[in-house]
Amino acid sequence: MFSRKLFGALAGVTVAALSATGALAQAKDKIKVGFIYVGPVGDHGWSYQHDQGRQAIEKAFPGKVTTTFVESVPEADSERAIEQLARTGHDLIFTTSFGFMEPTLKVAKKYPNIKFEHATGFKRAPNLSTYAAKFHEGRYIIGQIAGKMTKSNTIGYVGAFPIPEVIAGINAFYLGAQSVNPNVKIKIVFANTWYDPAKEGDAAKALLDQGVDMLAQHTDSPAPIQAAEARGKFGFGQASDMERFAPKAQLTAIVDNWNDYYVARAKAVLDGTWKSEDTWGGINAHMVVMSPYKNMPDDVKKLAQDTEAAIKAGTLNPFKCPVVGQDGKEIECKGNGALSDEQVLGMNFYVKGIEDKIPQ
Amino acid sequence: MRFELMPRTTVSPVARALASVVAFITAFLIAGFVIWLMGRSPVAAFDVYVLQPLSDPWALQELLVKATPLILIAIGLSYCFRASLWNIGAEGQYVMGAVLGSWLALKTHGTDAGIWVLPLMMLLGIIGGALYGLIPAFLKTRFGVNEILTSLMLVYVAQLTLDYLARGPWRDPKGFNFPQSVTFDPAATLPPIMEAGRVHYGFLFALVAVAVTSVILGRTLFGYRLKLTGDAPRAARFAGFNSKATVMAVFAISGGLAGLAGIAEVSGQIGQIQPSISPGYGFTAITVAFLGRLNPIGILIAALVVALTFIGGESAQILLKLPLDLTQAFQGILLLCVLAADALVSYRIRLVTRGGAK
Amino acid sequence: MTILEAILLTIVTASTPLLIAALGELVTERSGVLNLGVEGMMAMGAACSFAAAVTFDSTLLGVAAGIVAGALMSALFALVVLGFAANQVGSGLALTIFGLGLSGLIGAPFVGARRDPVPPIDVPILSDIPYIGRLFFEQDLFVYASFALTIIIAVYLMRTRSGLTLRSIGENHTSANALGLPVLKVRFLAILFGGACAGLAGAYLALVYTRFWSPGMTAGRGWIALALVVFAAWRPGWLLIGAYIFGAATVLQLHAQAAQFGLPSQVLSAVPYVATIVALLLLSIRHGRAIGAPGSLGSPFVPDR
Repeated sequence: MFSRKLFGALAGVTVAALSATGALAQAKDKIKVGFIYVGPVGDHGWSYQHDQGRQAIEKAFPGKVTTTFVESVPEADSERAIEQLARTGHDLIFTTSFGFMEPTLKVAKKYPNIKFEHATGFKRAPNLSTYAAKFHEGRYIIGQIAGKMTKSNTIGYVGAFPIPEVIAGINAFYLGAQSVNPNVKIKIVFANTWYDPAKEGDAAKALLDQGVDMLAQHTDSPAPIQAAEARGKFGFGQASDMERFAPKAQLTAIVDNWNDYYVARAKAVLDGTWKSEDTWGGINAHMVVMSPYKNMPDDVKKLAQDTEAAIKAGTLNPFKCPVVGQDGKEIECKGNGALSDEQVLGMNFYVKGIEDKIPQ
Repeated sequence: MRFELMPRTTVSPVARALASVVAFITAFLIAGFVIWLMGRSPVAAFDVYVLQPLSDPWALQELLVKATPLILIAIGLSYCFRASLWNIGAEGQYVMGAVLGSWLALKTHGTDAGIWVLPLMMLLGIIGGALYGLIPAFLKTRFGVNEILTSLMLVYVAQLTLDYLARGPWRDPKGFNFPQSVTFDPAATLPPIMEAGRVHYGFLFALVAVAVTSVILGRTLFGYRLKLTGDAPRAARFAGFNSKATVMAVFAISGGLAGLAGIAEVSGQIGQIQPSISPGYGFTAITVAFLGRLNPIGILIAALVVALTFIGGESAQILLKLPLDLTQAFQGILLLCVLAADALVSYRIRLVTRGGAK
Repeated sequence: MTILEAILLTIVTASTPLLIAALGELVTERSGVLNLGVEGMMAMGAACSFAAAVTFDSTLLGVAAGIVAGALMSALFALVVLGFAANQVGSGLALTIFGLGLSGLIGAPFVGARRDPVPPIDVPILSDIPYIGRLFFEQDLFVYASFALTIIIAVYLMRTRSGLTLRSIGENHTSANALGLPVLKVRFLAILFGGACAGLAGAYLALVYTRFWSPGMTAGRGWIALALVVFAAWRPGWLLIGAYIFGAATVLQLHAQAAQFGLPSQVLSAVPYVATIVALLLLSIRHGRAIGAPGSLGSPFVPDR
C-alpha cells in the first residue's frame, strides 16, 4: 500500500514538472470552465454579474465550451468545492471572491495542469492569474454627477465594510464630487454586510433622514437606490443596471462587466496561449461600464460623458497627484503622476474633506 | 374514530436503526420524486449524491474533514440538550474558541516558538469557548435569564468581534489592508493525520470526544445525573442534585468542545483568521445532535450523513446542475423524516373508536 | 418631516416584521409548542407572496399567498410534532432548513422583478395630531395590523375562555387533558396561527420593506423574532416593547454612523444584540424569577394512560 502511494505521488510530481513546460502551447478543441460564486446567482449583484460572464462564454463558443458553477460557497469552506471542480475535468476555474484566495492557491499548486483565475486577490502562481476591475473610475464619474446635482450639498454613501476597495471607492467618489463642488460634504454608513436588502435599505434611509439627497452604494442589493426613489431623491446602481428597481432615481449605474474578460480567457485556453497574469481593467478595458446617463440635466450628462471619455483615453486618473489626506498632508506619489496601483489597492485613508474616520 | 399514540415501554435498538433506514428511504423517495418532476433522472442524482462520494477515497477524506467540527460541536451540545438546556449559541462559542486560540498563533508568528504552541492553542480554544458558553449559564443560574435568547444573541456579538479583529488589529500588515490575518506558522498549524490528505488531528479530537462521552454517559454518576435531569427534572431535584452546578458544567463542556472545533478548524483547515470562519457549523450541529438522538455514536454517524449531503450537493451542482436550494430542501426533509420515524418507534399507534378506551 | 419623525418612521418599518412574526410564535409557544422554524416559514412567506403578487399583479393576493404558505409550512411541522410526537427543537430546525431551500426554488424565476410601493393609508383626523399623528396614523396596512394583532392577542390570551384554555394547555398538558381539553386540536390551531403570522411577516419583507425578492432575504430575522418571544416573557405587551427596542437599536446604530461618532461599525452593529440581553437582564432582576416559560413548552404531548 505504502509503496504504491509513494510511487503515485512521485509520478504526480514528474507529470507536474513535465506539464509546466509542455502544456503551455497546447491548443484544445473542447474545454470545461468552472465557476465558484460566493453568493447565490440570484443576488442580482456580484455573483449575478459573474454568472452573466459565464453565460457569455457559453454563447461565444457554442459546442466548444461547457460551463459549471457552484453557488453560495462559504469562503471558510471553499477548498473542497474548488478541488471538486478541478477533479471533474475542468480546464479553467474562476473563483470569484477575495476570500477564496488561499484555497485557490492551495488547489492550484495541487493541479498544475489546470488554469485558475482568482478575482480581486493578489497571490499568483504559474497556473493562477488574478483579475479585478477599477470600479473607482466609475465612482469618480458618479461623484461628479452627485456633486453637480446635490441641492443640500450633502451626499451619502452606503458601504459594505471598510476594506481598501470600498475606501478607494469612497475617496474616488468624493474627489469627483469635490472637483465640481468644493463645498460638498459626505456622510458614510457601513452596513456591515454585502447583502442584506432590508439592512441596506435601513442604512440608506438613515442617510436620507440625515439630509442626504444623493446616494451612492457599495453593497449589492437594489434596496438603497430603491429607498432613494421612494423619497424622491437620486442614487446610483451598483454591480448591475438597477434601472428597473428605481427608474426615476437611477442617474447611472456602475456595471461590473466580466463578459469580455471571461470570453478572452476561455479563448486563451482554447488556443493554448493562456499565461498567468494580473489584470486590473477599468472603463478602458470595458470591465467597468456606465449604464445610460438618465434623469439629469444635459450639462451634467455632458460633464459625465466627457469625464468618462477622458478616463477611457487615459488623460484623467481619479487619483492623480497630489492626493491630500485628511490631516492635510500630501500622500507620497508612488506611481506615474498618480497614486500607484498598490497604493490604490491597499488604500486605508480618507482624503481631505471627508470628516468621518475610517472605523478601525 | 381517530389515531392515538401510545408510548412503548421498551424499544429495541434494532427497531431504532431500522426506523432510520426507513426514514432515509422515504426522504430519498420524496427527493427522487421532486427531481423527476424537474425532469431529471433520480437514479443519476442518487448516484452523484450518495454512491460516488462513498466510493471515492478523496471524497471520503473530505467527508471526515467536513464532519469534524460538526461532531465536536454536536457532542458538546448533547450534554446541554440532555439537561434540557437549549444552548443554540454554539456558533458563537466556536468563534470565540477560534479567536482565543488564534491570538496565540498570531502572537508567536514569526518567532521560533516550539512545539508547545499547538497544544496551548487548542487549550486556549477550549477555554475561550467554555468561558463564552458560561455567560448564558451564569445569567441563567444567577438571574434566571433564558438561555435561548442570551446564547443566540451572543452569536452575533462573537461574529462581529471576529469581524472587527480580522479587518482591524489582526489584519496582515503585508496583505494590502485586505481583511485577513497572516497565514499561521507550521508550528501553529494542526497537521494532517496522513501526509497526503486534508484530514487533520481535529478528527482524532472528535473521536476522543465521542469515546469519552460514551463512557461518561454510561459509567459515571455525572452521566447518570445528566440523564436523570433530562428525563425527569423533578426526580433529579428530589434526588438532591444541584442543578445550578449542572447548568454551569454542561455549558462549559458544550462551549469548550465548540471552541476546540473552532480552533481546530482555523488551525487545521483554514490556516488564518478571516472575517468569517464558519459556514454555520454551530447551527448545523444542532440538527446533527438531534439526528443522532443525542447519542455519541449516533452523532458520529449523523455528522457523516450531514457532511455527505453537503458534499453530494456540491457534486450535484457540478455534474447535474441541480440547484443548491434543492440540496437544502432535501436536508430539511431528511431530518423531518428521521425525527418522525424515531417517534413512530417510540410510540405505538392505536386506533381509537368514538368514546375511546379509558 | 423633521429628522426625529423620519427616524421614528424607519424604526416602525424595521420593527413591524419582527413584531408580526414574534406574535405568531408567542401564541404557538403559549400552547406549549416550540417552533424554531420561524425563519423558514418567513422565507417561504416572502417567496410565495412575491411570486403571487408579481404573477397576479396584486398585493392583496400576494399577502394571502404569504399567509397560506406560512400556514402550510407550519401544518407540516404540526404533522410531525403533534401527529408523530417528534422532537420539537429538531423538527423546527428542519423546517427552517427546508423552508430556506424551498423558498429559493420557488423564488428563482422572480429574481430581478420588482413591485411598486404599497401606498400608506392615512387615517383622517388622527394623522393630523402633531408629532405622533403621521407616525402612527399614516402607515401601511401591515403596521396597523401588527398593532391590532398585539391588542387582539393580549385580550384573547388574558380575557377569553378560549385563551385560558390555550394557556392551561401550554402550562400543563397532562392536567388539561384530564380536564377534557382538546390538547392536540388547540395546539394544531396555535401552530397554524404562528405559521400564518410568520408568512405575513415574510410578505411584509418582500412586498413593503424591500419590494423585490432575493434568496436568503430574511437574513436571520426569524431567529430574532424567536428571541424576542423569550425577551417578552411570553406577553404580547412586552413583545411590542421588545420588537421596538430591537428595531430602534438597529436603526439608531446606522444614524450613529452617519453622525460620525468614529466608533467601529462592528461595535455599533452589536448594539441591538447586547441591548436586548441587557434589557432582559434588567427585567429579570426586577421581576425576580417570576418570568417563566409555559410549563409544557417543548415537550411532546402523549396521553398518559
